[in-house]
Amino acid sequence: MATVPRNSNGVARIVLVQAALLAALVVAGVLAVSMGSVRIPPSQVWRIVAEPVVPWLEADWSGVWEVIVWESRLPRVVTAMVVGAALALSGGVAQLVTANPMADPYLLGVSSGAGLAVTLLTVLGFGAGALGPVTLPAAAFLGGLGALLAVLVFAGRSGSVLTLILGGLAVGQVAGALTSLVIHTSATGEQTRQVVFWMAGGLGGSRWGLLAVPGAVLVLALVVALAAGRWMNVLHAGDDGAAALGLNARRFRALALVGISLLAGTSVAVAGGIAFVGLLIPHAASFLVGSEARRMLSVSALLGAVFLVLADLAARLVVAPSELPVGVLTAIVGGPVFLLMLRRRRRLL
Amino acid sequence: MTGVSMSGVRVDLGARSVVSDVDLTVAAGEVLGLVGPNGSGKTTLLRTLYRSVRPVAGAVDVAGLPVSSTSRHRLARTLAATTQESENRVALTVREVVEQGRVPHLGLLDPMRAEDRRIVADALAATGMQQWQDRDVRTLSGGESQRVAIARALAQCPEVLVLDEPTNHLDLRHQFGVLELLRTLAAEGMAVLLTLHDLRHAAEHCDRLVVLDAGRVVAVGSPVEVLDERLLAEVFGVRGRLRVPDAASQEVVGEEPHDASARPVLDLHGTV
Repeated sequence: MATVPRNSNGVARIVLVQAALLAALVVAGVLAVSMGSVRIPPSQVWRIVAEPVVPWLEADWSGVWEVIVWESRLPRVVTAMVVGAALALSGGVAQLVTANPMADPYLLGVSSGAGLAVTLLTVLGFGAGALGPVTLPAAAFLGGLGALLAVLVFAGRSGSVLTLILGGLAVGQVAGALTSLVIHTSATGEQTRQVVFWMAGGLGGSRWGLLAVPGAVLVLALVVALAAGRWMNVLHAGDDGAAALGLNARRFRALALVGISLLAGTSVAVAGGIAFVGLLIPHAASFLVGSEARRMLSVSALLGAVFLVLADLAARLVVAPSELPVGVLTAIVGGPVFLLMLRRRRRLL
Repeated sequence: MTGVSMSGVRVDLGARSVVSDVDLTVAAGEVLGLVGPNGSGKTTLLRTLYRSVRPVAGAVDVAGLPVSSTSRHRLARTLAATTQESENRVALTVREVVEQGRVPHLGLLDPMRAEDRRIVADALAATGMQQWQDRDVRTLSGGESQRVAIARALAQCPEVLVLDEPTNHLDLRHQFGVLELLRTLAAEGMAVLLTLHDLRHAAEHCDRLVVLDAGRVVAVGSPVEVLDERLLAEVFGVRGRLRVPDAASQEVVGEEPHDASARPVLDLHGTV
């Protein structure tokens, strides 16, 4: 990424960037709730959302609007925020701890591994029902972790950019093939439809109940990532350099990779495979505020949330009244951007 | 006060013994040079000091703390090290890298205090990097990167400073700059242990030398005691002679060992 000259007003700059992103998140959120087949004016969106906590607001809007906002669009927008932030955060942490600018939960095979686990669970009949909101994220976490371990074993401890990408590709392919195998041999028509739709990366199935686990994981991960930010900075000194600064780099990296699987896995469980968000958003964040871990990760999370809300809005609108899975859109946009980055970073491979 | 004390240290990497039976001490206020041909085990020996590698036998103490039973975090408040690993591939500023040196002194959620900022500023000043503190480290030359690494080590406020080939990649002026900085730090009471490839620097700037060959200590003592023609030929495969500039300055050696005129000079004449 290009060099951003930063000077002693670095603190003012990070506050400015975060404030701007928070404002953008609110605006994007209101916009996304307001737009769709039934258009609800943004001024009304505010009031409908505020009504439960602001007692003097008169409910003078149509009941249909209230249902659309509370049951359909708001959970979807909040899911987009949580998933976008989780993917960007996990991508940012992956890039920091592997010292690899191309690391990302999708390219590392985490998403495919999680997808396989979720498919298996669905076909076995454990995905639905009251426990689904817990068992699906748990399975996705374990599947993602398994895939990540496979890639790291393949790529070796040194984990050059090339072996990491190829390893992720191979593991992703195998997991994808196994997923197809499971679907073709065991799934019913309804399960197939569910899995295929989910795998493409869509937020259409968002419900409040599905959000509890990923939401809690995101909050926890943000706190831990910001607390451990200094240690992530220290990792840039290399394993020996980190040891001399008091850090066991291998143990820290292992724990961080578990965290990445947890974040990305739980996101995949609710939203399927959404590519390139985890890869590209941290680069944009470090372009804005540099690579100091706490700045970069906090900005990544906010930027990821804004981005996915807007991307999902676009996915709903481009082929209206039908809609695209947002994963299709991020892949169409992100793929070429990734190729451009590869071109610029050829020397790293 | 002893900065570093090693006794009977042996390190195996895989089935191979890389370092055997090493005894070594570095006193506070002393600059000790670790020299030896490539692959003689210098870096491995240094790695035992910050627990990057665990000796299979022997004891390693840093400022009285046994390394094997002291946490890395605690050790990093006493010992700082620069390594030969390449870094500086991400968008951090020089100051952000030097601030990493304060990490061992801070709890996870502690903010940087005024005291920490002052220490970071002093470390930047001591290495001549203060005017570059807001520069992106990816734009630094090899020499500047080396100085940033030393500044970060100084920000740890260590009693023991360990440097692996600190003069690598440096132009002549900065080689001398670094070595003179190390002399100043030692004069202030720090124990300094460094590896050097350039025996001329070792002869001029170190109080004592430890010569490693194939993982074993083959000589210990002042440069004048250690670097004789036989050792230069047998261990390093070079022809050379160490001379002390003149008799008058030799008499001062006891009192002001670092008076430039008293520094021994190594003349090298080629391979054996």
